[in-house]
Order: sequence, then structure tokens, then C-alpha cells
Amino acid sequence: MGKTVVEKILARAAGLPAVSAGDVVEPRVDVAMSHENAALVINQFLEIYEGTGIEAHPWDVSKIAIIFDHRVPAESPKTASNQKKIREFVDRHKIARFHDIRGDVGGICHQILPEYGYVRPGQVVVGTDSHTTSHGALGAFSFGIGATEMASVWTLGVALNIEVPTTIKIEVNGEFGPHVGPKDLILHVVGTLTAQGANFRVLEFHGETMRKMSTSGRLAVCNMSVEAGATSGIVPADEETIRYLREEAGVTDPIEPVVPDADAVYERVVTIDVSTLEPQIACPHTVDNVKPISEVAGVKVHQIVIGSCTNGRIDDLEAAADIIRGKKVAQGTRMLVFPASGRVFQEALDRGYVSDFMRAGAVVMNAGCGPCLGVHEGALGDNEVAVSTTNRNFKGRMGNPKSEVYLCSPAVAAASAVAGVLSDPRKGN
Amino acid sequence: MGKVAFVVGDDVSTDVIYPGRYMATVLPTETPQYAFANDPALNNKLNAKLVPPGSVLVGGKNFGCGSSREQAVSCLKGWELTIVASDISRIFLQNSINLGLNIITAPGVEASEGDEVVVEGAKVVNHTNGKSWDVVPLPPARQAIIDAGGLIAFTRKRMLEAQAKG
Repeated sequence: MGKTVVEKILARAAGLPAVSAGDVVEPRVDVAMSHENAALVINQFLEIYEGTGIEAHPWDVSKIAIIFDHRVPAESPKTASNQKKIREFVDRHKIARFHDIRGDVGGICHQILPEYGYVRPGQVVVGTDSHTTSHGALGAFSFGIGATEMASVWTLGVALNIEVPTTIKIEVNGEFGPHVGPKDLILHVVGTLTAQGANFRVLEFHGETMRKMSTSGRLAVCNMSVEAGATSGIVPADEETIRYLREEAGVTDPIEPVVPDADAVYERVVTIDVSTLEPQIACPHTVDNVKPISEVAGVKVHQIVIGSCTNGRIDDLEAAADIIRGKKVAQGTRMLVFPASGRVFQEALDRGYVSDFMRAGAVVMNAGCGPCLGVHEGALGDNEVAVSTTNRNFKGRMGNPKSEVYLCSPAVAAASAVAGVLSDPRKGN
Repeated sequence: MGKVAFVVGDDVSTDVIYPGRYMATVLPTETPQYAFANDPALNNKLNAKLVPPGSVLVGGKNFGCGSSREQAVSCLKGWELTIVASDISRIFLQNSINLGLNIITAPGVEASEGDEVVVEGAKVVNHTNGKSWDVVPLPPARQAIIDAGGLIAFTRKRMLEAQAKG
């Protein structure tokens, strides 16, 4: 019986000849990623060793990555103290894959991991962040865990008692129309499957549209797979994966793609033709409340947000800059742009996008999670509306339960910034 | 289990259970004060200590969706609530098991505030409205972690076994 990508990856990582959905395994972990919540991981990690007389030391520091992104620079003494505690731990244990608050090597964890070649096809990647699903874009099995589970990984080097998930195959064909792309596809998928439709399952993406899609687009698709409840999204590694790792991430060692068998067993197959897809909008207050732009255009917008682990890469900024160049952000609307990493920011400077945004009246912020999760900056006022390229629109997500968040692509966000209302980028301004 | 203290709807996210702006507070001893902090009615009821330990929170579909933040579990565990919901998002369920939050999946469960809800065998029974629902058993692999007293204890045992083997 044929195997899915996740079955193959977990068999290898568990040292077994083969596993099937439902089996319980303990896969070795290749990458263990945390951000500021490493402060809680450290706390739980030390508690595991407490009273044992054994010195607490992570199983393999070369596999641990810690990236500051959720609150950068620190917004409060409490966050700054958490970050200080993590730095001390990093120093003590000589954790090399540490990305502090810096303009060169800093950024959002889900951008840093691929950018620096930390993730490879076939790996098992865990992260204390639900959007760890992103790294399935490189053909890895990558999923979010809690801080205590990460402390367990730091101790034992394996993910304990993992049930091999079943897989839903998503077959995507057709060519995107103008100003329609990967974000619209994944919003459509979440809307179709519903927010819990893929709970405990993996989404494996196939089809000519996926084959032609850049790694950046695949990252957006896998990133938001969790919004359908998926344990992970996976795009089986192919030539584009190898191109990205070699040319953009500078990987020189061997890369071994893991691909599914032709007769792999899927729970079901969902086919999507993107050629007729309109720009998609996730309306308040759930990510699966997805409508085509034609049904919601015209909503008054107070804040535009472009960035995040979903859509803060250079092609996202390009799509927005191409629309806003030479125009102005509408009066009564403010626009915030935050690149996904220092490297993306630098490239946006080199290509002139930062000037395009600032001349239009947008505020360009430092790389990081920015306003996405409502902890740090860019909060919304009562009854205000945000149109955002981020990944969640839950009540209170951007810091104010009396506000509303619509999720969309960078093109829709930029067109809406110019018009001051939710707008279809295909119609021009 | 006992009296239903809260009934919340579908898709209650971790942003609602534990808003992002309190995420710098990480210790399980400190998180309970911020449970449902954006919802004054719920939060005040907890902080005024009007909810006795063992009270039940009844959720709908997709309870605990969203972020992996463990504070969303530890803040409910701190009040010793029991969660009963139609279905529970994967990471939230795992975090609950790891930290020992009492959590039960019972598709279709219905209750109003003040109802008496108990587990009887493989069913959740609402003695006030007279209805009952099947409990979805936990994945067997996760039961071992509960039996060990949570993931810290489970991992400690495994670590000590590995050390003993050298």
C-alpha cells in the first residue's frame, strides 16, 4: 500500500520500515524552533530536571533555533526580561541558531528558518508556534506544539507519542488570474474545508498550480493550513524546492526530497481550479468566513496591514508596491508595512519599495510579527476595521475585541489602502 | 465535574481565552488572572472567585483554535475548570493533556449556565436537561501522559530511564 509524504517522513524519523495513519511513533526531531515563548520552554525544561540531581542540558543544541519576533523591540519590561533570560540560556548552552533583535539577521521565525536553510525536505520540524505548518512548503513535516512539549523535545530529542495523521490531498490546477495568487488559494481552501475541517490531519498539496508556485507562495499556503485545523501543510519537495534551498538559502549539502507513492492512501481528495478564482477575503471573526471580494468590496477601512509570516516576503511587498507606487494612502486610512525579515527589508530598500510605501504615506515598521497578534503596536480603536495580509481575524486578535479584521492578499490590501475601502485590485484605482 | 459556569460558542480561539497582550506572562501561577481578559463578564466572575473548582466550561465546535500559546490552557487549569466541547483543536487538546487540564470531547454537547453535567461511563450526561452525549476517547498515546501525571513527569521518567541505561 502506498505511503503519503508524512507517513514516509515519520517512518524514517522513527527508525521504522513503514508506518501508517493511526500508528503511534516517536520521531526524532531535526529542528526545534521557539520564539519569545522560549522563556516558558526554559521554565518547563528546568522543571523536568528539578530534584533529579542531573544537570539540565538540551539533547542537541545544533537542532534548536530561537528567533525573537513576537515583540520586537520589547514593548514592556516583562518582555525585555524574558528576552534577557533567553539570551542568557542561549549563551550558556551555545545555541548558534539564535536570531536576536537585529536589522541584518533578525526577522519572523517562519521566514528565518527557510531563509537560512535550517529546514530541509524530509525533516521533522517542531515549533512553539501554530504557524510552524509553514515549513511544509519545503517538503518537511512541520507542526506546532506547546511550550511543555518543546521542553520534552529539548530533553529527549523526540516528539513523544505522535499519532501518524491521515492526509487530505489538495489537487490544485489552472492558472491564477491577474492579482490573484497563493493567499487567495489558501483562503479558499480554509473556507471550503472550514476551520476545523482538517483538525488532526495533514494537507498535501499537488497539481500544476503548486508545481509552478514559488517557495514564497507555498510558504503562504502551508502557513495558513493550520487555519483549517491541519497539523501540517506539505508541498512535496521538487525542483523549485531545491532551487530555493540552493540559490536563496545557500544550502550546499545533499538534499533528499521525500515524495508520496502514486498509490498513497488519502482520506479524501479535494480538487480546485484557480483559473476562475476571485480575490478571497476572510471576514470577521473566523478565518473560514471566506467570501469573494465582489461580495464585500466597499467596506470602510481604517488600517491596512501588510506583512507577517504569511505575506511579508519580497514578492508580497512587490505586489503591494506595484499597486501603490505613485499613489497615496486614502485620508482616514493608515497603512502599516512590516517586512518578514531583515533580509527582506534590505531587499525592499534596494528595490525602492520602501520609498514607494513611504511616499504613498505608509509607515514602514521593523521586521517582526508587528500588529498581527495585538501585543505590540498597531492596535485598533473601537469599531475600527483593519484589512490585513496576516493569518487570523479572531475577535480581539489585533488587540481590540471591538474591532474587525478582514484577511486578504497584499494586492487587495494595497488597492484598499488607496481607495480607503475594501477594494478589488483588478479594477484599478 | 459539576455545575456549568460558562457556556461559550463555536470557534473560541486562544486569542479569546488568553489575549496576546498578556503573553509575556508565562508562569502557570500567574496566568489565571487573565483568562478571557477581553470578556469582562467572564473574567470578573473568575477573579471574584465566584466559580468553584470543578466547575464546567461548555464549548462548541473547534474550541481552543489558533495559537499554540500554552497560557490559554494554564489559565483555565489554574481555576480547576473542566472543559467539555463538541470538538477541540489539536494543539489545545495536546497542551491540555500535557498540563493536566481536564478536557472532554463530546460532539453536540448542550448546556446552560447552572446545569449539572457529569461523566457517566462513556457519556457526558446533563442532569438538568436530561440529555447525554458520547465521549470521544483520547488518542491512546495521550492517555499514557495523563496516567504519568502530565508531560513533565512523563518526560522526567523517560529521561531518568535513559540516564540509567547510560
